Amino acid sequence: MFAATALARTAARRAATATPMRLGALRAMSSETATFDLTGSFEMYNIDTAPDNSIEMSKEELMKHFELMYTMRRMEITCDNEYKAKNIRGFCHLYDGQEAVATGINAAFDPADDWITSYRCHCIALLRGGTVKEIVGELFGLTCGMSQAKGGSMHFYNKAGHFWGGAGIVGAQVPLGTGLAFANKYNAKPGEPMNVAIACYGDGAANQGQIWESANMASLWKLPMIFCIENNQYGMGTSIDRHSSHSDYYKMGNHIPGIRIDGMNVLAVKKGMEFVREFTSTGNGPMYVEMMTYRYHGHSMSDPGTTYRNREEIAFTRSTRDPLEFVKKTMIDAGFATAEEIKNIEKRIRKEVQKEVLAAKEYPKPSLDSLFTHVYAADVETKGNQEYPDHIRMPDFAKSFWKSA
Amino acid sequence: GDGGPSTLTSWSSIPEPNYDDDYKNKTKMNLFTAINSAMQTALETDPSTIVFGEDVGFGGVFRCSTGLRDQFGQDRVFNTPLSETGIAGFAIGYAAQGGTAVAEIQFADYIFPALDQIMNEMAKFRYRSGNQWHCGGVTVRTPCGAVGHGGHYHSQSPEAYLAHTPGLVVVIPRGPRTAKGLLLSSIRSKDPVIFMEPKALYRAAVEDVPDDDYMIPLGKAEIMCSGTDCTVVGWGGQLRVLEKACDMALAEHGISCELIDLRTILPWDVDCVLGSVAKTGKLVVSHEAPITCGFGAEVVATVQEHSFLSLEAPIQRVCGYDTPFPLVFEKYYIPDELKNLDAIKRIVDYAK
Repeated sequence: MFAATALARTAARRAATATPMRLGALRAMSSETATFDLTGSFEMYNIDTAPDNSIEMSKEELMKHFELMYTMRRMEITCDNEYKAKNIRGFCHLYDGQEAVATGINAAFDPADDWITSYRCHCIALLRGGTVKEIVGELFGLTCGMSQAKGGSMHFYNKAGHFWGGAGIVGAQVPLGTGLAFANKYNAKPGEPMNVAIACYGDGAANQGQIWESANMASLWKLPMIFCIENNQYGMGTSIDRHSSHSDYYKMGNHIPGIRIDGMNVLAVKKGMEFVREFTSTGNGPMYVEMMTYRYHGHSMSDPGTTYRNREEIAFTRSTRDPLEFVKKTMIDAGFATAEEIKNIEKRIRKEVQKEVLAAKEYPKPSLDSLFTHVYAADVETKGNQEYPDHIRMPDFAKSFWKSA
Repeated sequence: GDGGPSTLTSWSSIPEPNYDDDYKNKTKMNLFTAINSAMQTALETDPSTIVFGEDVGFGGVFRCSTGLRDQFGQDRVFNTPLSETGIAGFAIGYAAQGGTAVAEIQFADYIFPALDQIMNEMAKFRYRSGNQWHCGGVTVRTPCGAVGHGGHYHSQSPEAYLAHTPGLVVVIPRGPRTAKGLLLSSIRSKDPVIFMEPKALYRAAVEDVPDDDYMIPLGKAEIMCSGTDCTVVGWGGQLRVLEKACDMALAEHGISCELIDLRTILPWDVDCVLGSVAKTGKLVVSHEAPITCGFGAEVVATVQEHSFLSLEAPIQRVCGYDTPFPLVFEKYYIPDELKNLDAIKRIVDYAK
């Protein structure tokens, strides 16, 4: 996979010069679009077809992906700082290192495709209709938060964005995702392609029994379902060798076709997911997708991430496979942008993220009434013996709660 | 008494340890160290004992199994994959063959996938086989309860679901000293035990704990302090809150409370509570879990059934509200000492 990248760079550089050279499938179509080689990015299982080994992408699109990924990176690093400053408390699972996976999937998807994932969900929430302010606001526990501060880091949801969260219990999102896929099939018009559903989960979750149950149903009923394993090599603090007897996760669907994708290359992720989407939305049943990726932070903010892997490994990944650096180099080599232009974009995004964070901090904490809202649909809330008190006395009497009229 | 409502296990006949006379060598331990000590003792005294669960190998996310793998080896102390149903079922099988299985479910919030194994297999194993087999060698340890920032899925107290299952024993210590003794009884019990550990106390609670091997009877409550005006019943981490409430009741209002730690939730020591209510005529039960159908309801129903004429006031339950465990509103949600003090005062005034 690394050799392919170098090949792409060399070829793109040559192609950008005056003398056209024939180098396989590589040619620059115009200064605004280029073709990138993806040889070695995919491994297939139990399926005869495969994604093309190259992708064409415009400058605008690649720039957009870079800006999204850089925003994600800055947002996650900001969360780290805010957590250490104790403005964010509780659980916080950061996604930096894995940006290409979410960005590439979203690039291949229709906005009406359904997406459900694990607790490492900040960046996917951002892609699916969220803003940095809403995400950081939720983490701060303020009313601008995406879930009105009811859920926190693991519980982002966005109905308009077809984003179903955000799950605290490992693996529980997968049967749910299968249900979403079933609804998509049920509601699709005959003969028309269906919207797909994707459930993302980690290598640690991959051995949950409920995933196999869902896969069986998805295959039996040919659901437009994608089982997506974000393999970052560690389930919390346990490496894949020590928690999985079999770690070719893309083969775990048994007879279900699978694909393994280089998850640090957003171009490969997009191309691969276009292929997967085409397959699953046209009645062929589910696919297993394994994204080979890496997380720089530990499992959560309470895990330094260095007791079960060494710093050399983290540093090596950062210097050789970082998804952001890859996109930057790709853009520079394709003539899409100069290093100077990229630096300016980064500066702008840094400022924007900071602005969003400051804007979020202006919002108040939610009122205590929302402790009791939305347990049930509105007209059932006070039935039975359920207790929703009108008054809660606090040690500081001034902070006591009286139910609003 | 004869034909009475209480149902006690054979482990209720273990004598209460006399900490001052019989256990002179003590060490200051916190909750996770006391639990570690109990597991170490179990591994030493019973060669069939194995300890397993997610991340227990390096010591566990709360450090309860620190050092055990180094001391007893990877064959006996090992990690499982992320598979709660598998963990519970596997424990039953090993115990059914005569082994002692100490399984950890990393947070009580994760116990739900395992409930099918726990309720349908573990609890019924002896009964359905006509006593040919049992899985008493199973002890499922799990951290439970509010911790300040746990939110929906790291704060729950599922004792009510478990207590609704005949065949199980459900035990919850209130601190390091009770934890070590109760865990050793639980591990050695001939019935499967779910041992719930109040996670907020892992580091916060520190007590003098005997270095030696000792056990605390199961199925028996403990009267933490005697009183005459009001009975207060709780379990686990809630006892700290109730102690404060009882102290305030005495200091500020001259109300003398009798505070009872159930220690075993299923089967619970009915006689102890009835005996206390017969004396005081008033009862407050308090737990973090939501009030509707919480275990407090069982206590209240039983007490009113057998002590109706002793009661001088309606029994009070001071519990969590009927919502999912909240994130930012935790301190409003939990039944703190002020809410309990209010309840104590309310029924003392009522009875006047």
